[in-house]
This record gives sequence, C-alpha cells and structure tokens, in this order.
Amino acid sequence: MSLQKTRNKSFFCEIRKNWLYYVMFLPAGLYFFIFAYVPMPGIVVAFKNYSYRGGIFGSEWNGLENFRYFYESGKLLLVTWNTLKYNLLFLVTSTILSVAAAILIAEMQGIWFKKTSQTLMFLPHFISWVIVAVFFYNIFNFEYGSLNTFLKTLGIPPVSIYSEPGVWIFILPFLYIWKTIGFSSVLYLSAIMGIDKESYETAMIDGANVFRRIWHITLPMLSSTIITLTLLGISRIMRGQFDMFYQLIGNNSKLMDATDIIDTLVFRSLITTNDFGMASSAGFYQSVLCFAIIVMVNQITKKISKENALF
Amino acid sequence: MKKGIDYIILNVVAYFYIGIIAVLCVLPFILLVSGSIQSEQSVIRHGYSLIPREIKPEAYVFIFRNPQKIIYSYGITVIITVIGTIAGLFISSMTAYVLSRKELKYRNALAFYLFFTTLFNAGLMPFYLLISNYLKLRNTLAILILSGMLNVIYIFIMRTYIMSSIPESICESAKMDAANGFYVFLKIVLPLMKPVIASIGLFTVLNYWNDWFTAMLFISNQRLYPLQYLLYRMLAFASYTQKMLSEGGFVTEMQFPQETMKLAMTVVATGPIILAYPFAQRYLISGMTIGAVKG
Repeated sequence: MSLQKTRNKSFFCEIRKNWLYYVMFLPAGLYFFIFAYVPMPGIVVAFKNYSYRGGIFGSEWNGLENFRYFYESGKLLLVTWNTLKYNLLFLVTSTILSVAAAILIAEMQGIWFKKTSQTLMFLPHFISWVIVAVFFYNIFNFEYGSLNTFLKTLGIPPVSIYSEPGVWIFILPFLYIWKTIGFSSVLYLSAIMGIDKESYETAMIDGANVFRRIWHITLPMLSSTIITLTLLGISRIMRGQFDMFYQLIGNNSKLMDATDIIDTLVFRSLITTNDFGMASSAGFYQSVLCFAIIVMVNQITKKISKENALF
Repeated sequence: MKKGIDYIILNVVAYFYIGIIAVLCVLPFILLVSGSIQSEQSVIRHGYSLIPREIKPEAYVFIFRNPQKIIYSYGITVIITVIGTIAGLFISSMTAYVLSRKELKYRNALAFYLFFTTLFNAGLMPFYLLISNYLKLRNTLAILILSGMLNVIYIFIMRTYIMSSIPESICESAKMDAANGFYVFLKIVLPLMKPVIASIGLFTVLNYWNDWFTAMLFISNQRLYPLQYLLYRMLAFASYTQKMLSEGGFVTEMQFPQETMKLAMTVVATGPIILAYPFAQRYLISGMTIGAVKG
C-alpha cells in the first residue's frame, strides 16, 4: 500500500517536473492513438456479421463463421502461399543482387562511372507504382508495346503477358529489384565504407588477391547488416507489396490465382466486392500472424546473437 | 599501388553488371518520353519503338489545350505535400527530442508506445471504418494530409541522430540560462538537426507525392484528386473505354490520342520529381546512412 503511494507520488512528481516534455509528446501521442490504437479493438469485427447499420460494435457476433468461409473458399491457403512465395523470392534475389552491386561499386575504379550509375540506379525509387505500371504497359502491352514491336521486326510472334500466369513469377521479382536495388545497395555500400581500411591493407601485404579479400573481409563484415535487413524482411513476410501487385495486375481474373496476395484480397473484398466477412477475417489473420512472426523471430535472434535482435 | 589481373577481372565484371543495371533502370524513362512524342497514327500502325518513327507531340497539345484538371490536381498534391511535410517534420523532430531526454523518467515507455504500432496493427478494415464512418474524414483534404504524416521509424532515426550528433552539453548550458525545454528544442536543437531533417523531409515529400492509395480509399470527389490518383484514373478509364469500344464492335475514330496520351500524362506527372532528383539524391543517401545505424 505504501509502495503504491510512493509510486503514485513519484509519478506525479515526474509529471510536474517534466510536464512540458509530455505536452511536446502529445501531438505524436494523439496521432498514433487515433490512427493506430483506436482501430485495434475494431479487429473483433472478424468475429461478427458486419452490417452498415450496426457498425463494428453493433453488428451480431457470428463466432468463427468468417474464418470458416475464408478457409472453405480456398483463398486462405492460396493467398498465404502467394504472399510467402513472392516475399521470399523478393528477399532472396534482392539481397543477393544488391550485396553484389554494393561490393562491385565499392571496388570499381572509375569515379565518374560509379557516380553516374548510382544516380541512374536510384531513379526508379523516386516514382510511384502507378508510373511503373505505365512503363510496364508501354513495353509489354499486346498491341502496341515496345517489346512486341521489336519482336515483330524480328519475325517472332508477339507475346501476351497479361494472360500468361506462368511468367509473373519472373516478372514481379525483376520489377521489385528494378525499383529497389539502388536503395538497398546503398545500405550495404555504406556498411562497406565503414570497414576499417587497415584490414584491407594487411591483406594486400599478405598477398591476398581481390577475390579472397572480398570473401574473407568484406562479406564477413557485411554479415551483420545482411542479417539485420533479412530479419526485417522476414518479420514483414506476411505483408505483401500491395502497391506493386495492385497497379501492375489490378483485378485481372486470368492472373488471380497466380498473383492474389493477402493485401489485394483484403482490399478487393472491402472496397470492390463489399465482402466484409472475407475482408475482416483475412485482415485479422494477417495482423495476428505478422505479430506472432515478429515476436518469434525476435526471440530466436535474441537467443542466437543478442546484438542483432530488433527490439 | 600495383594492379594485378584479379583487379582487371573484377573491374570488367563490375562495369558489366553495374552498367546493365543502370541501363535497365533508365531505359523505361527514355521509352516513356520517346513514346509520348510519337504520333498516335504511327503507334497504332507500328507500335511503340525506342526511336520515334514520326515525332508529333499531339498528346501534349491535347493535354495543354485543356489543362484545368491537371493543374487542379497538381495544386492538391502540392498543398498536401507542403502542409503534411512541414507539420510532419516539426512534430517528428519535437517527439524525437523528447524521447532523447535522459532526465525524462518515462521516455522508454513513450518510445514503446510508438514502437508497438509497428509490431501490431488492426489491418485495413477497422482503419477504413474508423476514418469513413466514425471520424467522417471521407472527401477531405485532412485525411490526405494526415495519412502518412508521422512515421515511427523516422522519429527513431531522428532520436538516434540527436543522441549521437548533438552534444548534451549544449542543451544543458541553455537550461542553465533558465530556458525551458521547448525553447531549447526550437532555438538550439532544431537548427542542429538540419541534415537529418533534410533526409527525412525528402522521404516524406516522396511519400506524399507518390501516394494514390489514400485517395483511392477515401476520395470520391473529383475536385480533391491528387495527381497520382488522377493519373491512375485516367489510365484505368482509357483502357476501359478502349475495351468497351472493341467489345461492342464499334469502329470509332477517336479524336483524342488515347495511347500516347497515357504516356504524355505520365511525363507531366513525373517531370518535377525527376527534375528535382539530382539535387535531392545527396540527402537521400546521407539519410539512409544515418538510418542504417540501428535506431
């Protein structure tokens, strides 16, 4: 009881002493309260039969009905698999290619070429996926696209990418890397720049060639950055790249099975088809799974190497 | 320093690999511009090509003959970008300053309060219902500005910057002069945060400029369409009309250059960002280097 009292007292002391700091925190505190914390209880809508009239809290409970529907429609397994598949592909290919790019840029001799190519590689980062979709259309559309124009001059029959589900497993990682490689390679490049020059010089004196140096010094020194970024990637593995999938593919039914991810399913159910049971149960599934994965990844990392843990 | 055969091999590989990536990154931009100045007739007959067959900027003529809609959307985008970025940067840096104060007993609790929102979120549907049914922010400039105004990661990057690059002694000596915390932040810390504010500011500007998703969710009033969403609508609508015309079996001579129009619109919408890019690149890279130090 007395402990409680002193605790309360010290709480009020702290507030009185530093009240201005707490007032300064208020705008951000309120912002996240309204836009992040207030929606959280709304997640129970996944266990309700949502109606416009009832709203989130007035609608009737229907237990696990929404989840049963989500599972039985076959969408649960489909979107889980697609989301995992594409995110893993993005993560693996983009890590390998941007680490390679960073190492090669660091070893390059020509300053001008280095600067120019980095500038050009960064260009795609500045544009929205709406614009990327225009680029893509400009190159790949069936009737007038540059690719088919080119193929026709060679006498090869034109290709129709928008009705070919099989090719998207290559196209999407390619475009993802295209848009992000400038950004992610700079992250690795700045880690390389932080490596002590002395260790390189010692290696040179010992007669190690440049490949051995990369293998034995650069890569091990990069491993901590690679691990951190990979862990961040894994913790987001169930969050799809909505912008990309929606802008490039939209509601194209021919590609639906090959490219429908959780995020596009939730959006489509909520906005286009007003299928609230699907939208709420898939959204719940994603939020809870993401949270579980982040916590799990962090616990495991803490056990293996504490300094790489996210929190 | 002598350079052996290993250096030469590595540099050949490097020039080849980086060169290909750089070309692939810039090629679509060139195709876009060259496509947008082709004549509609040559596009329909032969398709787009890298080097235009027949240069005729009819699409631009068409856009600038009737530019009210585009100018209006530009205005909307500029307004939300400017207001959102300034307000976002001010609040973020103030919050970061508070979180960096060691004398603040509950600073870790406050940091966790922010951090938790990155671990768990309610998903799209509760958020959507809150904004449109409870807060009634549909079709307002406010939602375009508020959505994405603050980002927890940016706040933490700023906090890391304050703690690592702004000496505590400066703030303490100001406090001796009986200046309060807000005054110290405004007059001393904020000016010293310029490099990190420039980088985060750039990221925020890009987020606002490229945002179409908020508008798609919450804006149905055409007078509030931001630029990217207008572009999206025009593209989607054009292909829709095209589909309708071909499926209905009508042979219609479209007066308006439907194909090149898409590209010309894209050039008009992307132009400023691309022109600003060489100046901004410096801050982007320095900002990411700051962020790479785990916040």
